[in-house]
Amino acid sequence: MNSSRRPAPVLFLLLGALMLLLFVADLSFGAVSIPMADVWAALTGGDCPPMTARIVINIRLVKALVAMMAGAALSVSGLQMQTLFRNPLAGPYVLGISSGASLGVALFILGAPLIGAGGAVMTSLGVAGAAWLGAAAVLVVIALVGHRVKDIMVILILGMMFSSGVGAVVQILQYLSREESLKAFVIWTMGALGDVTLRQLAILAPSVAAGLLLSVLAIKPLNMLLFGEEYAVTMGLDIRRARALLFLSTTLLAGTVTAFCGPIGFIGLAMPHVTRMLMRDSDHRVLLPATMLTGASVLILCDIISKLFVLPVNAVTALLGIPIVVWVVLRNQSMTSR
Amino acid sequence: MIELSNLTIGYGRRVLLGDVTATIPSGSLTALIGRNGTGKSTLLRAIAGIGAPYSGQISVGGTPVSGMSARQRAEAMAFVSTGRTRIPNLRCCDVVAIGRAPYTDWIGRMSAADRAIVERSLAAVGMESYAHRTMDRMSDGECQRVMIARALAQSTPVILLDEPTSFLDMPARYELCSLLSRLAHQEGKCILFSTHELDIALSLCDSVALIDPPRLHCLPAAEMRHSGLMERLFESATVCYDATTSTVSYRKIQKD
Repeated sequence: MNSSRRPAPVLFLLLGALMLLLFVADLSFGAVSIPMADVWAALTGGDCPPMTARIVINIRLVKALVAMMAGAALSVSGLQMQTLFRNPLAGPYVLGISSGASLGVALFILGAPLIGAGGAVMTSLGVAGAAWLGAAAVLVVIALVGHRVKDIMVILILGMMFSSGVGAVVQILQYLSREESLKAFVIWTMGALGDVTLRQLAILAPSVAAGLLLSVLAIKPLNMLLFGEEYAVTMGLDIRRARALLFLSTTLLAGTVTAFCGPIGFIGLAMPHVTRMLMRDSDHRVLLPATMLTGASVLILCDIISKLFVLPVNAVTALLGIPIVVWVVLRNQSMTSR
Repeated sequence: MIELSNLTIGYGRRVLLGDVTATIPSGSLTALIGRNGTGKSTLLRAIAGIGAPYSGQISVGGTPVSGMSARQRAEAMAFVSTGRTRIPNLRCCDVVAIGRAPYTDWIGRMSAADRAIVERSLAAVGMESYAHRTMDRMSDGECQRVMIARALAQSTPVILLDEPTSFLDMPARYELCSLLSRLAHQEGKCILFSTHELDIALSLCDSVALIDPPRLHCLPAAEMRHSGLMERLFESATVCYDATTSTVSYRKIQKD
C-alpha cells in the first residue's frame, strides 16, 4: 500500500487549498458583499469597520465553520456506510438517523403543542437536543437488533424499514398539527447552516471532532471490510467492535449535524464517490482524509450558492449532488455489480 | 493440520454432518466434494470459525478453533470465499497487502518484511506483473489468483477455499488446482477446498474428503477412486459415474 507512486500528496494540497479558498469566499459573499481585504482585516484584528468585523466573525465565520464541519462529517459517515454495507447507494442516513432525528424534532415542534406544552421551551437548542435524542434512539435500536443479526444486509433493510415506519409517524404528527408548528417543522427539514450560535458551535465542534477521531480509528477495519464481513472476520477483525465503532462514529457525525442543521441530503452520498474517482483509490487511509476535504469544500460551496440565490441549503445540495451521483453511476457502471 | 473430532454441524435444524472424526494433513491438497446442500460450505465455515458447530470439536494445529481469538484464528487459517471479489481502484498489491492485516499496526502500516511477503505471495500465484493493476480490468481467473495471494500473505499454515473454481473456464480450473497443489507441497500448507470437479479432485489432489450425509469419508485420492463411494453418491437414474475417467455423464439409454 505505497501511495507515493501516485499524485496523492499533490491532490491533497490542491484540495486543502480549494477548501481554504472557498472558506474565505464564503466569508466574503452574502447579503452584504464584503471585500476580501476587509475579511482579512476582520479575521486578523486589523483595521475595518466594526460592523463588518461583527458580520464576519459572529455570523459568517460561524456559518462557514459549521458548513465545513457538517460537510466533512456527512461525507465521512457516508463513506463509512458505503464500505460497511458494500453498497454504493448507502449514505449517512441508511441507518435511519435522519428519520430518528426528524421524529425527535417532530415530537418536539409538532407533538409538544398538541399536548399543550411548548411555546417558551421551543428554543433552537431544544430542537437540536430533540433531534440528537431521536438519532441516538435509532442507533440504540439498530445496535441492539444488529448485535444478534449476522448478515449486514439484514441491518440495511431493517434500517430502511425503520426509517419508513418513523416517517409514517412523522406524517401523522404533521397531519394533526397546527399551521405554524407545521411550518417550523418543514423549515427544519429544509436544512440550515446559519441557525447555529457560537454557544451551539461549542457542542457541535467537539462532537464532530470525536466522530472524526473514531472514523480515523476505523480506517483499518474499513479497509478489511472492503472484501465483505466474512473476509474481514477471517483476517482477524472483531466484527462486533468494528460495527459498534462505525455506528457510534456515524451517529456522532451525522446525528449531530442533523440535530443542528437539519437533514442535509446528498453530500454524504455523493462526495465519497467523487473522492474515489478523484483519488483513484479505495484505500481508506487516502479516502478518509480526502473525503473530509471534498465534503467540507462542497458544502461550503453549497452555502455560497444558497446565499447568492437565497435558497434553502438542502435544495442546493440536492441539485448539485444528484447530477454528481447520476454521473458517477453512469461513468462507473461496475459499481452496481461488484 | 485440521482435526475434526465427534463433529456435528448443520444448517438451521438440519444436521448435515453427524459425529464426524477426521484429519486433514499438512503439506497436502485435499478436495472436499459432495452433492449440493450436503454441507461443504458449512463445514469450511465452521473450520474458519465463522459458524459454530452444534457439538464436537475442530482443532487447527492442535488448538481448538472455538477457544481462539479472532486474531489467533487469522494467524492459523486464511479463507477464500466463493463470491467474485472486485474492488474498483484497488491495485492487486493493495489487495494482497490487506492479507497482512493480522500483523500490521492500528492503521495497517506495512514494514519492509510485510512488503516482501506481499511480493512473494503475488509471485507464488504467478501474478507479480499485475501488482499495480486494478482488479476491475482482470479476468475471473486472475482475480481468484490475487485473492489466493492475499490468503498466502496471511502466512497461515491452513488455507480454506470455498469453490474457488466456480467462475473459471476449464483450463483455468486445472491451472488453479495445480497451483494449489504446488503451494501445498512446496510451502507445506494444509489446503482444503470444496469443488464440484470430480476429475480434478481425484486426479490432482492428494486426498479427498467426501460428504456422504451425515458422514465424511476422508481417503487418499487413489483409494477414493475405487472405493465405490463415488458411484453411490453421484449416480442417479439419468447419470452414471465412470471410475476410469472420474467423470459423471449421461446414462446411455438402452434401445430394444
